[in-house]
Amino acid sequence: MRFYEYESRRIVERAGIPVTRYGFCTTAEAAREVAAEIGGPVVIKSQVLTGGRMKAGGVKFADTPEEAAEHAAAILDLAINGHAPRGVLVDPKAEVAQEYYASVIWDGTVKRPMMLFSDMGGIDIEEVAASHPDHVGRGHLSNLLPVSDFHAKQVIARTGVTGSELTRATPILARLARLMRDCDMTLAEINPLARLDDGSFVALDAHMEMENEAKPRQKELLEELGIEAQDTREPYEPSDFERNVKAIDAADHRGVIQGKDHGFSGNLGLVIGAGGGSLTLTDAVRSQGGKPANYTEIGGNPSVAKACGLAKEVLRKDGVEKIAVMMSIVSNTRVDIVARGVIKACLELGRDPAETIAVFRIPGAWEEEGEKILRRYGVEYCDRSVSMWDAAGRAVAKIQEGT
Amino acid sequence: MSILLSEEFTFIVQGITGREAVNLTRECLDYGSRVVGGVTPGRKGREVHGVPVFDTVQQVADAVGYVPNGSVVTVPPAFTKDAVFEAIEAGIELIVIVTERIPRRDVAEMVELAGMRGARIIGPNCLGLIVPEVCKMGGIGGPAKDAAKAYAPGAIGVMSRSGGMTTEISSTLTAAGLGQSTAVSIGGDAIIGSTYAELMPLFEADEQTEAIVIYTEPGGRMEAQLAEWVKDNRSRLPIVAFMAGRFMDSEEMKGMSFGHAGTIVEGAEDTATEKIARLEGAGIPVVERIDEIPDAVKEKIGVTA
Repeated sequence: MRFYEYESRRIVERAGIPVTRYGFCTTAEAAREVAAEIGGPVVIKSQVLTGGRMKAGGVKFADTPEEAAEHAAAILDLAINGHAPRGVLVDPKAEVAQEYYASVIWDGTVKRPMMLFSDMGGIDIEEVAASHPDHVGRGHLSNLLPVSDFHAKQVIARTGVTGSELTRATPILARLARLMRDCDMTLAEINPLARLDDGSFVALDAHMEMENEAKPRQKELLEELGIEAQDTREPYEPSDFERNVKAIDAADHRGVIQGKDHGFSGNLGLVIGAGGGSLTLTDAVRSQGGKPANYTEIGGNPSVAKACGLAKEVLRKDGVEKIAVMMSIVSNTRVDIVARGVIKACLELGRDPAETIAVFRIPGAWEEEGEKILRRYGVEYCDRSVSMWDAAGRAVAKIQEGT
Repeated sequence: MSILLSEEFTFIVQGITGREAVNLTRECLDYGSRVVGGVTPGRKGREVHGVPVFDTVQQVADAVGYVPNGSVVTVPPAFTKDAVFEAIEAGIELIVIVTERIPRRDVAEMVELAGMRGARIIGPNCLGLIVPEVCKMGGIGGPAKDAAKAYAPGAIGVMSRSGGMTTEISSTLTAAGLGQSTAVSIGGDAIIGSTYAELMPLFEADEQTEAIVIYTEPGGRMEAQLAEWVKDNRSRLPIVAFMAGRFMDSEEMKGMSFGHAGTIVEGAEDTATEKIARLEGAGIPVVERIDEIPDAVKEKIGVTA
């Protein structure tokens, strides 16, 4: 889960990393007041969960409170990459001597957190790493031992930074590393980290992302930031289909179903599973010229009601002509239960299962029983002798015959 | 031979009284695996399909008179780290973590402790591993009769980030007359105990194994790591890969994860297209269809179809 800049700043602040005295505002009038309180040149920054703010006009400078209010009004109305801002951040314009970069991320290969530091801050770190590799310091942390300041010092020293710069930046990177671990962040980044004219360091911008799986145990932090449980920060607004599938899944603890249709708009409804099977089958449909209307995952042996609910939601989607019910070989989910569910969905919507179900390919547990049920309604059953690719191909061929 | 498991291999189930764990225990016993004990705190004295339940891992070791070789851990995410630490500190050497939705920090801690103690972790978010007709450790393949349909002994090592696809691929190989030496569901999370590259030396040392088949997905650097390993170690084993989730490369799917938590694309190297190029660059063919795998393997090991 990604945090807004104003939240990320609060997170670094509570970890003991200095930040400028900023104000988060949702109205132009509030921005005027904060600017007046700061009493000097300010910067107004759009609070959106997307990059490229500067280019899009979401960051502006103001010399007076009136100008700050004007800019705030414009920025509050400006959507960036389809994201409406949640507010603006009003920040004193800092007298910066030099900009640095500091972050801590997971290195999945080494399976440890990795610290990154550069004395070329303010720009994209990947660019710096490519053009000036000697200006990027890296170092891994143990997962079991406490973070000690010397770990941070080594990383910073690798960029050639020394003197009071080194001694003042060291605790900042060490604190960032501790907060990354303590708060279950997948990314903890300060860019730019600024050295001011007086030699002190402040975080001018921060970007934090928390692992979704850790949200339950980070409840206290999330509450402190005023983030509500339903504020999931998806990269886009969930559709009716996605919301309905979620509700059906939550209503019954047996099995797990998921549905997504963001970016899909075809005529073939997919009632598919499990995790890897769904990925494989979606590719197989698309590679053979099919147009999926959605993506789904069935797993963990859902009830008839759940399978039925999922199939109904898929069938109700605009433009869906037929559904393909397909999974990789199942060992936990029962073939007969999914068969009952999808047939029930067809019947309850007044559709002929034999016409509506383009293909049913789920081999595995209780397949004999599943096949019997399907035959009764004239639906052809494919066992494991029909490959996932061929099953997807049959579904595509059937829907193309009809059009 | 095989990797990791053998006929003598003994293991326990931590969280054995949970609904899924009860089924898993039954399946493993039916397949002929030696499940010698179970642990659920506070449930000492019970039995699950004849397997005695204890409060601690140490109690199991005391009761049977030796430290079992492995443990299948299937406890809720908030308690998994403690259970795995307990198993490692009791001296257990192979730990299969079934649990999903464990925060990365916990996984990384478990993996680091395992490394310090010489233990190995498979998973989390996996179905375990199987040596056909010898031992099944975890829910892989399902009930014994279903597992017997899909898996047959042979020369192919299988590694997969998807539990279900481990069985689909093995079944496809079996139907084409290619049995498996060992099939491992390595887990679908961003950080896992044993990656492809980390299991390769074991397959390399196993005389029975003649080729490797892997199932891969977008997200992470595990495939790049394998490609590097293959280049650095003149492996005797040909590898055939299948890449699922190619559709995730399209522009409108950016920032989304599908299927498994680990499919989240966090860097430029994580996409399906990029991974296919890397694998092929290391001489690993990436097929587009599961049903193309057997012929691709036969071509590599010189068996005519």
